[in-house]
Amino acid sequence: MNAAPSSTWFSDAPHWQWYIVFYFFIGGLAGGCYFLAAVIDLFGRRVDRPLARLGYYVAFPAVLVSGLLLTLDLSRPLRFWHMLIERNTFQPMFKPWSPMSIGSWALLFFGAFTFMSFLAALADDDRVRSPLLRRFQRPGFRVLRAPSTIGRIVAVLGGVAGFYIAGYTGILLAVTNRPIWSDTPLLGMLFLASAASTSAALLILLAQRANRQLPGLADLHRFDDWMIVLELLVLGAVLWSLGPVLQAWLNAWGVLLVLGVVGLGSIVPLTLSFRARRAGLAHVTTPAVLVLIGGLLLRVVIVFSSESV
Amino acid sequence: MPEPMGFYTDTTVCIGCKACEVACKEWNQLPSTNGGANTLSGDSYDNTRQLDGMHWRHVKFVEQFPDDRTDGRWLLMSDVCKHCVQAGCLEVCPTGAIIRTEFDTVVIQSNTCNGCRDCIAACPFGVIDINPVSNTAQKCTLCYDRLQGGLEPACSKACPTQSIQFGTISDLRKRAQARVDQLHNAGEDQAYLYGADDKMLGGLNSFYLLVDKPDVYGLPPDPKMPTRNLVTGSVYAVLGAIMVGLASIFHLRDRGAAEQ
Repeated sequence: MNAAPSSTWFSDAPHWQWYIVFYFFIGGLAGGCYFLAAVIDLFGRRVDRPLARLGYYVAFPAVLVSGLLLTLDLSRPLRFWHMLIERNTFQPMFKPWSPMSIGSWALLFFGAFTFMSFLAALADDDRVRSPLLRRFQRPGFRVLRAPSTIGRIVAVLGGVAGFYIAGYTGILLAVTNRPIWSDTPLLGMLFLASAASTSAALLILLAQRANRQLPGLADLHRFDDWMIVLELLVLGAVLWSLGPVLQAWLNAWGVLLVLGVVGLGSIVPLTLSFRARRAGLAHVTTPAVLVLIGGLLLRVVIVFSSESV
Repeated sequence: MPEPMGFYTDTTVCIGCKACEVACKEWNQLPSTNGGANTLSGDSYDNTRQLDGMHWRHVKFVEQFPDDRTDGRWLLMSDVCKHCVQAGCLEVCPTGAIIRTEFDTVVIQSNTCNGCRDCIAACPFGVIDINPVSNTAQKCTLCYDRLQGGLEPACSKACPTQSIQFGTISDLRKRAQARVDQLHNAGEDQAYLYGADDKMLGGLNSFYLLVDKPDVYGLPPDPKMPTRNLVTGSVYAVLGAIMVGLASIFHLRDRGAAEQ
């Protein structure tokens, strides 16, 4: 046997595959979209509130899908509740030093916040159709959204939980003994930056699809460009921190990382965005589509390249 | 409270008979691979290949032969869960399915495990895997049921050469050190103990006498706890959150009159 570049080469792969890849991607979108919506509600222009509503509309269904993906990935899906309740004592099961344990609780709490904000967004849009829900709508649901005091509290707590959901998945990978994942402490930061860029891209696409001409849209474009730059910088730091472990990417996964994530998912959208701004074209959607593809490919490369060692 | 119990495996006297593998399978009622169909590895006399959910003992065949096969040697090692004093699997398990017993061994409770597989990624030795029958993570229990009944584990009981020895950790360490001294006196200078002291993960309750580098046996030279990245990873993530948060507020804020 050739000398292994790291002690992590002696561990076994946990068989985390597509369910987990999509959870990382969709969970990142849920956290990022909620956070951006909360920032718009707390600090943004009143006229941009429809943009924030889109964020809340994304976050709640995305959390539901995330929970479903995680449950389906279990080898014993019907035991999903063992993550939260200790099976023998029926006491709460909580290990603050286990990212998967805290993550399960965080997803539950984040789900509650996204649900409240989802209802508030529906009420603001006057889209609550159910007669039963309508009875609570005024002023009930609207109170759950800023500028009310309760709404501000929901936005702050939900935003913090959203950040956690967007970033903890990288820390979960780091707290293992697998190649690449546990050979760098920067995956949480990388996933967070990626969640911010992909969420901004999704909100841009949804807003343009809804034909919303909002001043916040141009701001979101600029924010997304900076997040792509941040993601590239953090990815560079990840590569540097891996040292000799980088040889795990001297294969098709490395090619996908360079061409798919860095090229197609970062450099090309940045260039297109820059050109569009110089030409005065405010509403180009291609960069946002590419950023979303790049964000998914990033998770594909990170998960499967380690699984294949 | 019983003393900490474990295994000391002297690889120099293992003959590769696999009696330990068979005894483990029989006692723990572990199914055969592929319904018992004969599956050969094709490039080694080792057809078990690895520890997993259905193989809690595995006799590794390290075949050190040059291409012309004029010289060479076999290194044989019966591998098993190390029952680490600082166990990464136990640390990350989100359901509490993995417990430390009164014998200081590490056991997965199959009725609690939900198959999240975090423990598989956390184990630095690649010991744990999903058992396809129970669909839960499984590994050696150091025959917890036998220990509770005052019996020794099935594998060490079956070992015909005393390569696998069972006992209290303090007694096993004395026996192992005496054997290392004996081998050194006989001219085998390469003999050493792997995981016998508390420097490696607080001590391995299943430790080994080896005569080559750990990685030759498929053992990590420097196994680490998975939580080593928890604090630094969290600090970097918080730093990232602050950067993203400030950037989002800067770009999306209401600029008021300044904007007009």
